[in-house]
Amino acid sequence: MSAGSVVTVNRACVEFDGDHVLENVDLSIDQGEFIALLGPNGSGKTTLIRAILGLQPLEHGKVALFGTPLARFRDWHRVAVVPQRLPGATSIPVSVWEAVLSGSITPRGRWRPFPRSSRQAAQQALESVGLWSRRHDRLDTLSGGQQRRVLIARALSTSPDLLVMDEPTAGLDTANLQALTALLADLHAAGTTIIVVTHELTGISDLVTRAVVLRNDHHESVKYDGPPPVPADFDDDVHPHHDDLPEPPPPVELDPA
Amino acid sequence: MSILSYDFMQRALIAAALVGLLAPLIGVFLVQRRLALLGDGMGHVALTGVGLAFLLGTAPIPTAMATAALGAFLIEFIRYRSRTAGDVALALLFYGGIAGGVLFASLAPGKASSSLNAYLFGSLSTVASGDVIALLALCLVVIALLAIFGREMFAMSLDAELAAVQGIRVRMMSTLLAVLAAVVVVVGMRVVGLLLVSAIMIVPVAAAQQVTRSFRATAALAVLLGLVASVSGLVTSFVVEVPPGPTIVLEALALFAVLAVIAVPLRRRRSRSE
Repeated sequence: MSAGSVVTVNRACVEFDGDHVLENVDLSIDQGEFIALLGPNGSGKTTLIRAILGLQPLEHGKVALFGTPLARFRDWHRVAVVPQRLPGATSIPVSVWEAVLSGSITPRGRWRPFPRSSRQAAQQALESVGLWSRRHDRLDTLSGGQQRRVLIARALSTSPDLLVMDEPTAGLDTANLQALTALLADLHAAGTTIIVVTHELTGISDLVTRAVVLRNDHHESVKYDGPPPVPADFDDDVHPHHDDLPEPPPPVELDPA
Repeated sequence: MSILSYDFMQRALIAAALVGLLAPLIGVFLVQRRLALLGDGMGHVALTGVGLAFLLGTAPIPTAMATAALGAFLIEFIRYRSRTAGDVALALLFYGGIAGGVLFASLAPGKASSSLNAYLFGSLSTVASGDVIALLALCLVVIALLAIFGREMFAMSLDAELAAVQGIRVRMMSTLLAVLAAVVVVVGMRVVGLLLVSAIMIVPVAAAQQVTRSFRATAALAVLLGLVASVSGLVTSFVVEVPPGPTIVLEALALFAVLAVIAVPLRRRRSRSE
């Protein structure tokens, strides 16, 4: 695949009830980049990601994915998201296997039975995170770190060109963090464009090729955009000492599959 | 069997089996989306349709179907437009549904208001011979739509935003689910009654998910429990001479209790094995 702009954000602005959450964001992400999107709570990291994925309407500005304006973008199979959790997996039992397969469900496949190739890809992805043996278990009986790995497998099973991860390292113990880092290194080496939304670079700092720091108190939300490490002037944004930051979640227990 | 020698009982049994089969299939999505009360509201809205049918002299099933389907679109519209006050808006709609139904039925000539009871709590004798065909047709439509769109509905119920990023039309799926719930309400209104029909969507699912480990198994067990409760509840109601709606729902609740007891040692064994 030829290198090209995977994500283009042009003067993007988002307001919530008159509050300027994102101001004039310009961002161009090329194929193969590994981006860390940093900033304190309320800096608009999640909003920017939601805007890039078409989940957050813009007040002004434009977003394009793989060179196609968002409104006309249809190649959603090239994009995968790793959320922090699956809300619907707590109200009804959902097996690990079903959770992984759910990543491959698309409108295109609605007239056909679920393709065997998707099942094979899902199996491979689940094996790659070391949880194939747990496929019949209820997702919510797994530890937090294991559930995160299942959600990563869910995203990997579609072989995305762009992978977006929401706080993938939060609350992970050392073993799970190492497993995640190794997995991300492989993906990056294979040419996948990766955007990680995070509070901190711990654990993934060697992989990140570019850090983007957001803060919402000026005319431009992007405060730093360049190679890591983030210069000390912006370090406050990355490791905030404000009281409004919630306590970090307790580390997830070590639980090898 | 003597029960089956009555034509009206044969028809009622078919109707009960259809609702026992269909309702949990829709309910499993509703529970997963934490919209367990949506079916309840749909029943209330359908009541206005029944009242209208009495008043205008039209056939109750198509009129209720049209009203409930309209209600489904309205509910989805309200849910989409007002995130915060959505549940209050829905409550208003549901109250309106019941009040409208009772009012229209009272205005209707003849003894319409007394036969409204049969629609509220179900009746053994109201399934007309033409109804069976209509119910079967509705049932086939629901199953066909689930076969086509069920996977997308599952993905949407897991996480609507993730589903949207997979290209799934979340609003369309959500509206379709509400319309399917409306269809089930109408299928169930004759034998279970509009006030209790949503219980057959929710109770078997709540019972099944205590012992299952996957969505598919939950849906399958819920359908089995729904069928058992609705058919045996109907027979009980014939023998004891009470309205079928309450007996069906109480049998479903009894199944829930039985599975709750079974689930305790099962869960203990599972947590020990991990």
